[in-house]
Order: sequence, then C-alpha cells, then structure tokens
Amino acid sequence: MVETVVSVELPVDETLQIQKKRLTGSDIGNREPKRISIVTGIHGDELEGQYVCYEVQRRIQKHPEYLTGIVDLYPALNPFGIDSVTRGIPAFDLDMNRIFPGSKDGDMNEYVASEIIRDLEGSDLCMDIHASNIYLTEVPQIRINEITEDVLIPYAKLSNVDFVWVHGASTVLESTLAFSLNSRKVPTLVVEMGVGMRITQEYGKQLVDGIFRLMKELGIWSGPVANVRKPVISRNPDEVIFLNAPESGIFIKDKNHGSYLKREEHIGYIVDPLNGTMLCDVTAPESGWLFTIREYPVLDEGSLIARILKVDKSECEGHEGGSHETEYLI
Amino acid sequence: MKQNILFEIKALYRDNFRVTGFSFGKGEKAACIVGTMRGNENQQLYACSQLVKKLTELEEKGKIAEGKEILVIPCVNPYSMNIKKRFWSVDNTDINRMFPGYSEGETTQRIAAGVFEKIKHYQYGIQFASFYMPGAFLPQIRVMKTGFENVDLAKKFGLPYVVLQNPRPFDTTTLNYNWQIWETNAFSIYTTNTSRVDKKSARQAVDGILTFLSKQGIIRHHPKEGYVSKVIESCDLVSVRTKHSGFFQSFVTPGEEVDCGKVLAQIIDPYYGTVKCEITSPVHGTVLFLHDEEMAYQNTAVIKIIPEEED
Repeated sequence: MVETVVSVELPVDETLQIQKKRLTGSDIGNREPKRISIVTGIHGDELEGQYVCYEVQRRIQKHPEYLTGIVDLYPALNPFGIDSVTRGIPAFDLDMNRIFPGSKDGDMNEYVASEIIRDLEGSDLCMDIHASNIYLTEVPQIRINEITEDVLIPYAKLSNVDFVWVHGASTVLESTLAFSLNSRKVPTLVVEMGVGMRITQEYGKQLVDGIFRLMKELGIWSGPVANVRKPVISRNPDEVIFLNAPESGIFIKDKNHGSYLKREEHIGYIVDPLNGTMLCDVTAPESGWLFTIREYPVLDEGSLIARILKVDKSECEGHEGGSHETEYLI
Repeated sequence: MKQNILFEIKALYRDNFRVTGFSFGKGEKAACIVGTMRGNENQQLYACSQLVKKLTELEEKGKIAEGKEILVIPCVNPYSMNIKKRFWSVDNTDINRMFPGYSEGETTQRIAAGVFEKIKHYQYGIQFASFYMPGAFLPQIRVMKTGFENVDLAKKFGLPYVVLQNPRPFDTTTLNYNWQIWETNAFSIYTTNTSRVDKKSARQAVDGILTFLSKQGIIRHHPKEGYVSKVIESCDLVSVRTKHSGFFQSFVTPGEEVDCGKVLAQIIDPYYGTVKCEITSPVHGTVLFLHDEEMAYQNTAVIKIIPEEED
C-alpha cells in the first residue's frame, strides 16, 4: 500500500508529497511484527537506492508467502531534488541531510524532516542508502559513527557490503537523518555505494541480498537468503589515506575502485589539456585497497582523488564490489 | 593601507583564485572584518567596500591608533561571486561550513584553513553574515552563545538589536563559532538585504563598526551616537507562519511596531487572485524580519517579531 508520509501545499497547483510503500506479511498472527525501513533519495543526485527499492519489492512480490513482518520503502525523501537533478533541496539550496530531526513548527523543509522522523520511529532497523556523489565512485560500504558502533556493527556484518568504515564523531553529523534515528533508538545503517546520477545494478543486487539477510535475522523474511560476504572493517582513522589533488587539472583515471595497490603504484594522471602537459602522476603513497576513486575528471587543487585503506592484500581479496551470486535465490 | 593576497589557488582555465586582504595601521592584531563568503552576498561586499574606503580616509588622516592593525577581507569567495553561484563553483560546498579548515583537505577546507590561519589571532572578529531565508532584516548584531560570548561588547556597535543564539550542530563549522573557540571576540553583523544592495543599512553597519573600533581605542573617530542596543534571545522571537502558499503580499516593513491582531500580510491565490488567508500578528511587538520574495511556501516563517515586554 502506498502511503503519504507528509504533504505540503505548493504555491501553484501542486502538492509536495513524500510517499512510502508498505509491504506487510499476510500471516503475522497476533504478534507485533518487526519492521525494516529502507530510505533513499535524501540527495537528489544519488540514484543507486532507486534500483534497490524496486528490486526488494520485486523479490517480495515473487514470494509474498515468505514475508513475516513489515517492509517500508521510502524511495524519494527529496522528490524535488530527484526530479530536477539537484543534490540539495531546490529553491532553498539546502542539504536535506543537515536539517534533521527538523521541527514540527519549523519552515516547510524542517516540518517535512520532522514528519519523516515521526514516520520512521518505531522501525526495528533502518537503512539509509546513498551513492557517494557525482565526483566519486565507492565500493559498497556502510559508514558508522563510532558512538553507535556496538549496536550497528552486528547488522553491518550481515548487510553484504564490502567495507564497514567506523568514523569519528562530528558535531556537524548530528543533523543527519541517521544520527537523529540512532539517537531515537532506531538502529540506522548508512550505505554508500556506486556513483551519483547512475545505477550500478550489480551493487544494487548485492545490497538487496544483504537486506534479505537482515530481514531474515529480524524475523521479517522466512524464505531462503544468499550467503553474505565478510566485510573489511576499519576502526582506526589512521588506516584511511585521503589523496587530494596537489593541483588543478583534468584527472585521467587508470585504476578502478576495488583495486589493490602497491606503494607508489600509478593510479592516474592530472593533465593540462590547454598546454598538452602532464601536471602530475598520481601514485599510491602506501600499499592498500582503493575503495574510493575520482569519477568526475575536473579537479581543483584539494579535490579528493582517492581513498586508500592500509590493509594487506589478503584482507580485501574478493572485495571489488558487485554481486558474487550468479543464480539469485529468489 | 596595504593590499595583500592572503590565499591563492592556481586554476586550470580560470584566473587564479585569490583572497585579498586590506590592512590598516601596524602593530597588534586588533580587529578583522570579513565580508562575503557566498556568491549572492552583494550587500556584504558593498558594505565592506565602504568600510575599506572609510578606513583608507582615516589612515590618511593618521587616525588609526598607534600599535593597532585592522584587516578587512571584503570577499573570501570571488569565484562564486563572479559566476553568480551561491556556493563553491565545482562541488557546491559552503566555505562558511568548513572552519577551522584543513590545509591538506578538499578545496573549500583549504580555503577556510588558509584564511583562518591569517585571521585567527585578532582580538575582535566581525563578519558580514547573511541569513539562509530570503528576506529583509532590521540591522542587528548576532552573537553565538559558546560560553565565550561577550554581550556588553556587542552593544558597542550601537545597532538597534543584539540577538543571542544557541549554536546548532552545523554552526560549529562557521567562522563566527571558530573565532570564539580561538578566543577572538566574534560578532556577526546583519544588514537589511543579501543579494540586493541597500545603501542605507550598509552605511549603518559601517558606522556601527567604526563606532565599535573607536570605543575599543583602535581608531580615533567621533562615533555616531547610535542606539542603545536591545538584547534579545533568538528563541524569544515570535515566528509568524503561512497557513497556505501563494503570492505573498505584506503590509508592514522591518522596524514597524505592530499590535496584536493586526493584519501583517495576505496570501493570494495564484489562479483566482483571491485572498487565501490573512496573516495576523499574534503579539504586540516590532517586525525584525520580513520575507521579501513574491511567493511563499506553506508553513514558512515569513515574519519574525520581537515581542514587547509586558509592563
């Protein structure tokens, strides 16, 4: 059943509506059903979650008899952004993921944010799916604020992602959807995968396998599920190397995300097309796993080119992203 | 006056990105004034240019105090100003959400770090700030309550209001907040507009800064009498919201005193031309903020009122 979470009248002949699809198992009996919420589209240029919402429904619709709880799908928390190829909220130039938990008495956007939180409260698990941005490609990963590590790591391990990154607490992140929900006792996983403005089907299928594994764990799904991969987990901030552009130019990428790099191994070039010169040979400062790579070629000095996790090759083998299942169980 | 490049980045196809500072006097780092950080802050840039003009005149007359240095940075973001984009040209990040910055980080973090390194040890820091909501303000000084704030100093600008606000999570990466953490007395000065230049309120802001600098012994200048500032907490402001969306037609101006029940504005139906709803004042007070766009969304705070205290 499609439900309206919140609606707001717009000036000219239109209503803003945030909608969700609720799928409920038919044989729940008298018990209180468990509920998983899948949200995406906070940033209008991140579309990887669109395929996930579709694929979760497709699999459930194929075998509704296995559904033993509630699945709520929120494919577009920022419908204006998705419709207008805009990361933030158009007309306000506002990052929607910096206004939570919102306010019932606040302006339109704060009100919408507060209603989204109200609707998500009570979920037994929430997954907030992002797609990096238009500049970077990421292997499927879950990012966890260190203050919620104990609660979220067990869920993250079942999510079938390649990487779990536990990062330090930051005051700015207190205005994100995930922080607001986690502080309201709704365990919320933040997924980053793929790249902005695109859909990477194999990543979507990989994550959906993980979602069904989580549903099984929560008692929402009784059908068969795929084996999930063991993610690389990083808790130490010193393990992650950020590679920023030493100068402005055009980045020519030679390595894909998921690659293992040896120290000083070539990653790409920064070039100057006007003068036909190579400005910089970008190399790995340390051996490690390339889990983020620049996709958008234009660089300002300081633009992020890559992130490398300092691990042994054996730890990240097989973690280049993408589904390993050739025959889907459902 | 000395003109210096405080921070510079070489670009591929554009002229270099430069942050330019203008310093007056020599000696201890007394006061730093920062103008625009976003590409639509024309008013903030204009006000800073008028301040540079005034300080140049004062310096020529020998009226900068001995042993004091004033630094003015009219624009931290010329790239966005020149292409009329509010935030950073490539990745749409906001420099005023990047302080104290990181010199090895992403571009706007580097800009914030490069600028902050030059301005963090001033005794007084003043920023021409803008509000994210479109509207007109009564000129005011805003001070973030970090535990280091000094309200008595804020009154010395002689502007009508000093507004105190509790920092929200995203405020912790603003210049004002970080200045305070680095023990600079920091103030945000709000004038009437943002994208349009309002000469009257720009002059009022410049006079306010000169008055402050004079009272602190940094310049020798006959201060304007100004106002006895009224101190208010932002949480005490009364927000008046729209019940419907449509054309916004107001009947009041910032600074106007309004009675409880007075009709402040109307929302006009964009198809029928009829009045969809009237917006009335819930209190007796003074209009501090007025929405100034043609259209208003539903549930938007279009007017903020400073309530009059009951006798």
